[in-house]
Amino acid sequence: MSTVHANSAATTVNTERAGRGRGVVRTLREMASRPSGAVGLLLVLMHLFIAIASPWLVPFDFKAISASLILNPPDAIHWWGTDHLGRDVLTRTLLGGREAILVTVVATPLAVLWGGFVGIYLGLVGGKLDDVLMRVVDAFLALPWILKMLLLIATFGSGIEVLIPTLAVFYGIPVIRIARAAAHNVVARDFVLAARARGHGRLAIIRRELLPNVLDALMVEGAMRWSWMLLAFSSLSFLGFGVSPPTPDWGLMVADSRTFLAIAPWSGLYPIVALSSLIIGINLTADALAKTLGVDRAQKAPI
Amino acid sequence: MLRMILRRLMLGAITVGLVSLIIFSAVEALPGDACTALLKQDAQGQRLLNCRQELGLDRPAPLRYLDWASAALRGDLGFSAHSTKRISVLVGDRLKNSLLLGITALAVGLPVAFIAGILAALRRDKWLDLVLSALAIGAMTIPEFVSATLLILVFSGWLGWLPGIVLTPPDAPLSKFFPEIILPVAALAMVMTAHILRTVRSSMIEVLDSDYVRMATLKGVPYRTMVWRHVLPNALLPAINVVALTVAWLLGGVVVIEMVFNYPGLGRLMIGAISDRDLALVQAIALIVATVYVVVNLTADLLTLVANPRLRTAAGRLA
Repeated sequence: MSTVHANSAATTVNTERAGRGRGVVRTLREMASRPSGAVGLLLVLMHLFIAIASPWLVPFDFKAISASLILNPPDAIHWWGTDHLGRDVLTRTLLGGREAILVTVVATPLAVLWGGFVGIYLGLVGGKLDDVLMRVVDAFLALPWILKMLLLIATFGSGIEVLIPTLAVFYGIPVIRIARAAAHNVVARDFVLAARARGHGRLAIIRRELLPNVLDALMVEGAMRWSWMLLAFSSLSFLGFGVSPPTPDWGLMVADSRTFLAIAPWSGLYPIVALSSLIIGINLTADALAKTLGVDRAQKAPI
Repeated sequence: MLRMILRRLMLGAITVGLVSLIIFSAVEALPGDACTALLKQDAQGQRLLNCRQELGLDRPAPLRYLDWASAALRGDLGFSAHSTKRISVLVGDRLKNSLLLGITALAVGLPVAFIAGILAALRRDKWLDLVLSALAIGAMTIPEFVSATLLILVFSGWLGWLPGIVLTPPDAPLSKFFPEIILPVAALAMVMTAHILRTVRSSMIEVLDSDYVRMATLKGVPYRTMVWRHVLPNALLPAINVVALTVAWLLGGVVVIEMVFNYPGLGRLMIGAISDRDLALVQAIALIVATVYVVVNLTADLLTLVANPRLRTAAGRLA
């Protein structure tokens, strides 16, 4: 008798659940139908393709130094000119995003996963634990990102094995807030109450009731986190705390070329265009994703 | 009302306390301490032990935390490991310079951001809005070091109008920074203007689409009156919090821009302190920056609370 009741409650509830079940293909198609989404997706896919394929595409050795080719303007052999050590700029620009993209593509899902889980959990249980942990989150957010990152990098080095976990941990903390707020909007709804009444455990409620409703907000947040992580990564490289030479990296290339930019703009402008186009592409994609999923993309200052 | 203000103040104090705990434990957990930084290669054996005893580093960590925190409360931040200057002196000059940079950028950027944001919303989807929004997205997404580098290239390298790098020493009087500060201010103002513009615009649009504005239009309130009396007060209130986040970011030392322009502010001091492993200085700067962040956000919260009566009830607080 009681099972019948629970089931009927569950069916009415299912219709109440927002969005979801849209499917990846349909979401992507809808995003691509917006001009911003089409441009954004195209830019992102192009960069991903170049990042994977560039070792087979590049015309020269990225670390081949030549005294006779220092700061040569673009010509028929070196299409984008050479840098202050006589290295081919086209080669280095094509290769220059690989480490940044690898690190951020791994770290972003990790950050969204752990931050999202903790946030949803706190949104569901509330109470003392929620109060205490949110204070800690606030305290972490009050510290500048670069200080947190640099303290770890200065101690443990800036290899991939340090950067990925560091970025994943620190960029997951703001996700807690987003996920908690999104979960809060759902927790009070009838279908969560019904699931509780049916005697489902917390994990089951998170997986079956909360996650489907919070997922959209988390995906948009993830896209934004990706672009912020890329910014952080390139800024660290630019400041000399990221990728170590001679590995080509856009941030490092911009830093190296700064002194010669007025006389040899090609050595810095190509990596600038590469980095900016990827970040703009991610932002356009995130915008289109937010509009397609109907998520209000929150406005935030860069912290 | 008073209870809510007190509650907020207490939460802010707790956050600052937690920050100090986090900073202290982080620095504690990392390898190396003031003595290894001070002695460098000689940091071994008896000399290391003596130094630790002298500086009191051999005492248990909780005790040292209490000492450090209570001294910081009295405004005593201790000594820098490298320059043997008092940290409060060292930080004072840099903080002053960072304030000059931040406040100038705010003075330039805030009016531009608000006017542009309001105009963009009122001319929604017209060419003015499209141009402003595109500019804002560009300024927001392009990395700071890229826009700063391009500014230097154009205005210093090609046109030769402005100095591209700050050469004024940290302790110089503020007026000495004048022509050199223009490019860093421009770089900062671009980013913050874009963020605030976008917030003001979306907040304005939300209000313009609301029922009470439609109602005002339907009952024949003149357009100007409608905008000034009904839209602006309601739309600009939510912007306070984003302005606060931006202010905190500006005052907290804008590391990348300060590095690009060689500007002697708090951010560059912080990078130097981390590179030199001057942990006492790192702790002090982190504490100052975090306190500024908390205080500015708290001020914004309280301002919103005072300006918006709806938030004063328990129901409004939950929302």
